Amino acid sequence: MSLPIFPPGADPGPDFAALLRRVEPAALPWWLGGAGGPPEGARGLRDGRPGHLPHGTTVVALRFADGVVMAGDRRATEGNFIAHRSMEKVFPADRHSAVAVAGAAGPAVEMVRLFQTQLEHYEKVEGVALSLEGKANQLGQMVREHLPMAFQGLAVVPLFAGYDLRRQTGRIFTYDVTGGHYEETDHAATGSGGRDARTTIKLGWRPGLSRAEAIELAVRALYNAADEDAATGGPDAVRGIYPVVALVTAEGYSRVAEDEVAARFADLLARGLGRER
Amino acid sequence: MTMPFYVAPEQVMKDRAEYAQKGIARGRSLVATTYDQGIVIVAENPSRSLHKVSEIYDRIAFAGVGKYNEFDQLRVAGVRHADTKGYAFSREDVDARSLANLYAQFLGNVFTHEMKPLEVEILVAELGDQGRADQLYHVAYEGTISDQDDFAVLGGDAETIAERFRTRFRRGWTLPEALVACVAELAGPERELGPSDLEVAVLERGAERRAFRRVQGEELARLLEEGRAAGAGPAEGGPVDG
Repeated sequence: MSLPIFPPGADPGPDFAALLRRVEPAALPWWLGGAGGPPEGARGLRDGRPGHLPHGTTVVALRFADGVVMAGDRRATEGNFIAHRSMEKVFPADRHSAVAVAGAAGPAVEMVRLFQTQLEHYEKVEGVALSLEGKANQLGQMVREHLPMAFQGLAVVPLFAGYDLRRQTGRIFTYDVTGGHYEETDHAATGSGGRDARTTIKLGWRPGLSRAEAIELAVRALYNAADEDAATGGPDAVRGIYPVVALVTAEGYSRVAEDEVAARFADLLARGLGRER
Repeated sequence: MTMPFYVAPEQVMKDRAEYAQKGIARGRSLVATTYDQGIVIVAENPSRSLHKVSEIYDRIAFAGVGKYNEFDQLRVAGVRHADTKGYAFSREDVDARSLANLYAQFLGNVFTHEMKPLEVEILVAELGDQGRADQLYHVAYEGTISDQDDFAVLGGDAETIAERFRTRFRRGWTLPEALVACVAELAGPERELGPSDLEVAVLERGAERRAFRRVQGEELARLLEEGRAAGAGPAEGGPVDG
């Protein structure tokens, strides 16, 4: 490696993906403009369905009084097999935002890693962080570049949420496979169990939820999604695996301790959740 | 075709070194020192937006003196190198030593092969962890690299300031104590420097992944106050007993 110094006309600026393309193309996946080309045929597919590769499932986000809550179940599936029981799908994007992913696990995690590096890189090179809207746009561009993979059954659909320091409120953005992104007013859910999770949140959400209420609503939504969708993992008390729940507030990103999530579930069960047959 | 006059190589190098030193001496100096919780870098810099001290990576900071556009280009190159390496390998594989070596090679190359040497001196500081000590790498305009454990002084008056600073330095002192000493020695016996003349940043041991933090505004004023009250006061400028 040599010091990456560029002549003024060829400077990649604060764009990390553009920098990688120039100095380390092998580290970028081809669908983000790196070395190599599209794989021959549709290797990720089995009978036209994404069978061979792990897929992540349900993630949710909702606004509450101090910011946003984001949560995701822990299961990854390969067709009808369970690929991972403790996969993480909710990540800090930077100090004041979080990103959650559903879809093909490999590309999804790679996209998150690139996104995290991109935000930090911009902040360091420019000396100021991107606006929340700017971050949401960046992620949209990455999803759009991934579109050819989506046509091969390897779609990645993220959920982005953060605390907007200028407007002093939590904000949530949803995406489609073309990179289109839409700001949601109060809550969002995506992934295979997204529809069931959304129904739960829709029924329970109201403006100004407290921290505890918001966490409870998020885990309840994931529980109901797991109840209806085989690809979504429910709370696993035997192994001690619970959903990842994260908060983004004016103080920044923080992950809710697993003990607290377990206690919330115990609480919900004691109050009758899951008694219906 | 006209033949250029012959100039002895010694003379060429001497002229270049003199040129670079003059450029560096025009700017203000900077002191970096270890303290009980990390590393503090103090620069004399009245600007709030054109930084001399910046973040490179999780535990690595950069500081430069001399010509702003030249050291800022090096800063950005450092960020690019570190982020690329951390992405291609892992965050743990990014270290200050290899970055300082790259800077040294680059500066050395420019010094011998280009028309004009870079008029900069830079510092690459790394916060130690898990038994590794804190490191301060000082790279000069012609690519000379030296590594220091305790403190480093960069800039025009570096030697005089380092001389004075050595008598005050104590291993494991607190941030307010270190700050007051840095500011006093940067200013020298004839001047006073206030919070608005200073740019201060720390690499702080703690829970945060990114150890770099700017110390500014009220916090800086408060820390300076604390340090002055805590005992640097009575023996004005003299050595502090450990």
